[in-house]
Amino acid sequence: METFADILLRAFALIAQGDPVLRGVVGLSLYVTLSATAIACAIGLPLGAVVGGTQFAGRGGVIIFLNALMGLPPVVVGLVVYLLLSASGPLGVLGLLYTPAAMIIAQTILITPIVAALTVQVTSDMHREYREQFRSMGVGRLARIGALMWDARLALVPVALAGFGRAVAEVGAVMIVGGNINHVTRVMTTSIALETSKGNLELALALGIVLLLIALLVNAAVMTLRSASVRAAYA
Amino acid sequence: MWTKCAGLIFALALSVSVMPTGAKAEQFIVVQSTTSTQNSGLFDAILPVFEAATGIEVRVVAVGTGQALRNAQNGDGDVLLVHAKAAEQAFVDAGYGLPRRDVMYNDFVLIGPKDDPAGIRGTRSAAKALARIAAQKAPFASRGDDSGTHKAEMRMWGALDPTDASGTWYRETGSGMGATLNTGIAMGAYVLSDRATWLAFGNKADHDVLVEGDPPMFNQYGVIVVNPARHPHVKVAEAQRFADWLTQDGGQSAIAAFTVAGTQPFYPNATPR
Repeated sequence: METFADILLRAFALIAQGDPVLRGVVGLSLYVTLSATAIACAIGLPLGAVVGGTQFAGRGGVIIFLNALMGLPPVVVGLVVYLLLSASGPLGVLGLLYTPAAMIIAQTILITPIVAALTVQVTSDMHREYREQFRSMGVGRLARIGALMWDARLALVPVALAGFGRAVAEVGAVMIVGGNINHVTRVMTTSIALETSKGNLELALALGIVLLLIALLVNAAVMTLRSASVRAAYA
Repeated sequence: MWTKCAGLIFALALSVSVMPTGAKAEQFIVVQSTTSTQNSGLFDAILPVFEAATGIEVRVVAVGTGQALRNAQNGDGDVLLVHAKAAEQAFVDAGYGLPRRDVMYNDFVLIGPKDDPAGIRGTRSAAKALARIAAQKAPFASRGDDSGTHKAEMRMWGALDPTDASGTWYRETGSGMGATLNTGIAMGAYVLSDRATWLAFGNKADHDVLVEGDPPMFNQYGVIVVNPARHPHVKVAEAQRFADWLTQDGGQSAIAAFTVAGTQPFYPNATPR
């Protein structure tokens, strides 16, 4: 059995060598998850801001529903997307099953509720502050939501990162809809599951550390951009 | 707001435009197969030979035989390479597949801790060994997932139904072969495994093959092309080419040439067409 230090060294060696197989797997992981995060933000941020910044009947119910969806089990999402995209399913003609597009769809379904629910939280706090001002200035509904999203943009960055984190780490959904096909739909998490099932526990753990490092890099990059924009805003 | 929206839409458009979907120019087929063929490294060894010979890319989805049959029944695959003859025949009889052909065989092995608490080492009969494990209530880890290996295990128990003891000494993992081996080894349990997965398995710890060579432990793999009459989108010409290749000289010799740590895990035995 290798020691933990050996495993760490192995993980760094894997990255340093720029192993083409590993690079492909990492690239696909990032491509799938960043796409899913972008789509989830395009839907979830405005949706969350609408719920957070307006009053309507059944608002409480919508919030509870969004919060509950944050706990969607990935394997259930995978199963539902599989049934939709299966050749026998309603969207089977699209031929998307076992492609990266299927994985993006599954991850988008998984994290859109997270992005939306957290956006509701951020924008409704802000709306409480702004309400009087909006009313006195006679700001319309659409402009209110726009103003809330713009003013909350820095607080919404961690919201997008929360969605990214959940998507990049999940294995249950992409395993079912992607099929873990070598060179086509194999990502970091399904590689880790595969190596574990081969009994290559050290390699699986090394890949896990690589995944962690990538998540760390993405978070660091985004937060650096965010603090740069904070400085720019106060400059 | 609008710059943000524009940014998001741009990101979306970008992600769609550079999408490396499966729709590559070259032709490909999807093979629904089992974890034993993938985990042992068989596909890594033989598929490049087929791809070089035909230019057809083979995409393998490796799941349990039960799930593979189910996926193929839904039309999510062009070919099956699995190991549960009775279930395969039922699949063909129900009209979901073209006639099934034998491809290769290996065998199941009963593995367990080296100190062998139930004392089954060297037993000739798998049924007797399992009866002894049951009598001793020694831990046994079962796939419990309707896979080919699970079906074979249930056959070997015969009249003795271990599922009555489920949750006590009989533990159903509901997982693939590798996950079940990891679990069984951590619990010091006996496990029925196919030989190929066991040979290539990297976490054997203090477990060993204790019972092997009993005729009921024979493990036959077969190939079935999904019936295009049921699923018109099946790439039947390419799928048929793959099935033919597997059962003719090219595939048969590639299977025979594949070894794990100096041992041959699969023996070609295709039925001539």
